[in-house]
Amino acid sequence: MTAGGIRVERLNAWFGDKQALRDISINIEGYHTTAIIGPSGCGKSTFVRCLNRMHEVNPMARATGRVFIGNTDIYENGTTPVEVRRRVGMVFQKPNPFPTMSIYDNVAAGLKLNGWERGRRLGDAVEQALRRAALWDEVKDDLKKKSGASLSGGQQQRLCIARALAVEPEVLLMDEPASALDPMATAKIEDLLFELKQSVTVVIVTHNMQQAARVAEFTGFFLMGALIEFDRTEQMFTKPRDKRTEDYVTGRFG
Amino acid sequence: MNAMPKFQFAEQRALAPVAVLKPKRVVHPRSSRFADPCFRVGMAGCSVSLLVIVGLILLELLTHSQMSVHRFGWQFFVGTNWNPVSGEFGALPFIYGTLVSSLLALVIAVPLALGSALFITELCPKQLRSTVSFLLELLAAIPSVIYGLWGIFVLAPLLRQYAEPWLADHFGWTGLFDGPPFGIGMLAAGIILAIMIIPIIGSIAREVVLAVPSSQREGVLALGATRWETVRLAILRNARTGILGGVILGLGRALGETIAVTMVIGNTPQISSSLLAPGYSLASVIANEFSEATGDLYLSALFEIGLALFLITLIVNALARLLVWSVTRGMPARANV
Amino acid sequence: MKREKGISLGRKLRNHMAMGAVIISALLVIASLITILAYLAVRGAGSLNWAFFTHLPRPIGESGSGMANAIAGSGMILLIASAIGMPVGIGSGVFLAEYGRNRFGNFLRFTADVLNGVPSIVIGITAYSLVVVTQKHFSALAGGLALAIIMVPTISRSTEEMLLMVPHSVREAALGLGIPRWRTTVSVLLPAATSGIVTGLMLGFARVAGETAPLLFTALGNQFWNWKPGHPTAALPLQIYTYALSPFDEWHRMAWAGALVLILLIVGTVAVVRLVTARSVYRVTV
Repeated sequence: MTAGGIRVERLNAWFGDKQALRDISINIEGYHTTAIIGPSGCGKSTFVRCLNRMHEVNPMARATGRVFIGNTDIYENGTTPVEVRRRVGMVFQKPNPFPTMSIYDNVAAGLKLNGWERGRRLGDAVEQALRRAALWDEVKDDLKKKSGASLSGGQQQRLCIARALAVEPEVLLMDEPASALDPMATAKIEDLLFELKQSVTVVIVTHNMQQAARVAEFTGFFLMGALIEFDRTEQMFTKPRDKRTEDYVTGRFG
Repeated sequence: MNAMPKFQFAEQRALAPVAVLKPKRVVHPRSSRFADPCFRVGMAGCSVSLLVIVGLILLELLTHSQMSVHRFGWQFFVGTNWNPVSGEFGALPFIYGTLVSSLLALVIAVPLALGSALFITELCPKQLRSTVSFLLELLAAIPSVIYGLWGIFVLAPLLRQYAEPWLADHFGWTGLFDGPPFGIGMLAAGIILAIMIIPIIGSIAREVVLAVPSSQREGVLALGATRWETVRLAILRNARTGILGGVILGLGRALGETIAVTMVIGNTPQISSSLLAPGYSLASVIANEFSEATGDLYLSALFEIGLALFLITLIVNALARLLVWSVTRGMPARANV
Repeated sequence: MKREKGISLGRKLRNHMAMGAVIISALLVIASLITILAYLAVRGAGSLNWAFFTHLPRPIGESGSGMANAIAGSGMILLIASAIGMPVGIGSGVFLAEYGRNRFGNFLRFTADVLNGVPSIVIGITAYSLVVVTQKHFSALAGGLALAIIMVPTISRSTEEMLLMVPHSVREAALGLGIPRWRTTVSVLLPAATSGIVTGLMLGFARVAGETAPLLFTALGNQFWNWKPGHPTAALPLQIYTYALSPFDEWHRMAWAGALVLILLIVGTVAVVRLVTARSVYRVTV
């Protein structure tokens, strides 16, 4: 396993009695972007939410298996979900900035509320995070004056990315981050993924295969809770090994 | 071989990273593992305190009423003689007073509350809606001592001088209006209670009426019904259970109301068929006699009355909540009226 | 034979009568509200003067009698009640919203409803036997405790409602950053729900400010100043009650004045709260 990567061994997940993931085993390459694709309901969101133990937030949810980030199994007994989520960040489908906080406070939230940074160092961290999210130039004059919710959709999502980056996670999970945005905003977000992977491992869920091709070196194809195929994107989209993958990529279903 | 769609691939675009810049990971202090469980327990404690309080109330009432329960048994609730001096404690006059004043209040309040609710939802012009609702809410905010004050000095004289003689003249044949018009008495208590419970019944009725899907309304209108027929067929029929729940909630409030009733009911432990006669209620006897109660048996009897009041209002309110819950929970979001 | 189109006269008449009845009920209800407020204003204003707010009660016949101690006493009792009832109520609301979406939570919610429906006189005698008897004297503390007990279910319900209105996506965002649950609630959710929670607090306060029955056997009342929470204390609603039932005209006048002050405080609070939240979706039912 490369440095910064994720190794998943036999991950199974349930919602109550319904099994959502079946025996997933996968090695996600560190400091690269991996896309997770598949039709609706195939378990791609569930899979990604198991990587930062957000799956458990639902009281009916359960997961078994091992997920190694670095040398630690995030599911082992001694590790709390809170610790995991500080190493694995997440950006959600619909931008969700904190409604009562300014842009500055939004980005600083992870650092401030975990008690990690303060004062000038906090300001520096906020600026760095906003630069990495390609939002700094647009908001640098209104940091504390404007609320997070007053930005446009695309800007809000980059704000959420900055907020996630501020705590310097090793992995950044993105659950269909651009599906609620217009094409221009989407392009901006795709562009910044190229810079991001210099320092963060990115896993992105998407239903848009063109997007997967544009941004990800690796892709995993999920169907009905199982991992059907995992390969370099170019390989999977030109010469898929499994017939189901080929059907999906050519648009036969999903 | 199927033709694969054309893609623009990442690796064709991106520059291969030459040296991967891994940022220096700052080691942050681990968070306390006890903070979350402690917080949860603390908040749970606040919530559980509700249970503790109800438990304590029940405990105190049961403990202190034991003496009276042992002495009188069931006779307590059928005895008509309340004589602290001779040690006889029969609570029937209070039960009678509480029931009659509350039922009288319902008879007056339900039509008025329902009418007001329907006015707000059906007839009121949209701009006035929130004002009228607000006025109803103000009625609910008036403290009971002020209702009592108004009852003694405004309502009672009016009843004594005008209303009660008129009622005795025209409806005396019913036997409900015998005896001299004092002004204060069962009728005054019933009227004051009615005004106090109208907002409760009205606001629940309004909620329940608004929860009736407009498809029901439209269906009946499409058949050519008048406004009133639409209300009767589409709304009242569907909202029946919820409105009943609101009525029972109002009843619960009326049964337990103390201060306003004490000030106008006349505080005489007697059972009379006349609405003009003074009476006494369960809550009033406690309010009036608790601090004067000499002797353990007297106090215990009052505690037993308190216990009875607690249990009656508990059952009535639980029933009401059940009815309202069953109707409004299944319904879609309500309009802001 | 031609089918008669249109609505029969009988139906039209019933419709008009019904609509008329509806309008009359609404008018009667509003009229009773206006009547009560009008009498308060007229009879109360006449007796309100500077002495009312600054002087102690004086023997009948002497001028310059006031209810200052009752106003101050109410203030102290309400302060004690709020200090106990508001934190406990908010805590309970937090628990039910964040950790109580299950059967246990439903049971606690039901208990809160039960407590809400207990007649205030019963709470009064319970506070008497729990606090006054053990301490062997009446006190503002006992009165404050009784009022706090009445406050808690109301505040718990409104706090819970407001917290539930904060979208789940906000919780997810905070948890996703690795912020622990307790910090999320305290630093993200409660601030987001603040205005609604404060509204709930004010309405809970307004409700207990006018309560008399719980104070009858706890705070008891006092003809003089008292600043010690462990001693019997005067309260505005209590004083109004005592004066109204007395045989003296002068005390009756003071009762009206006191009632006017009380109603201005309470109705004023409710009016301000409603006007401020008029445009929001927030709505707490009885």
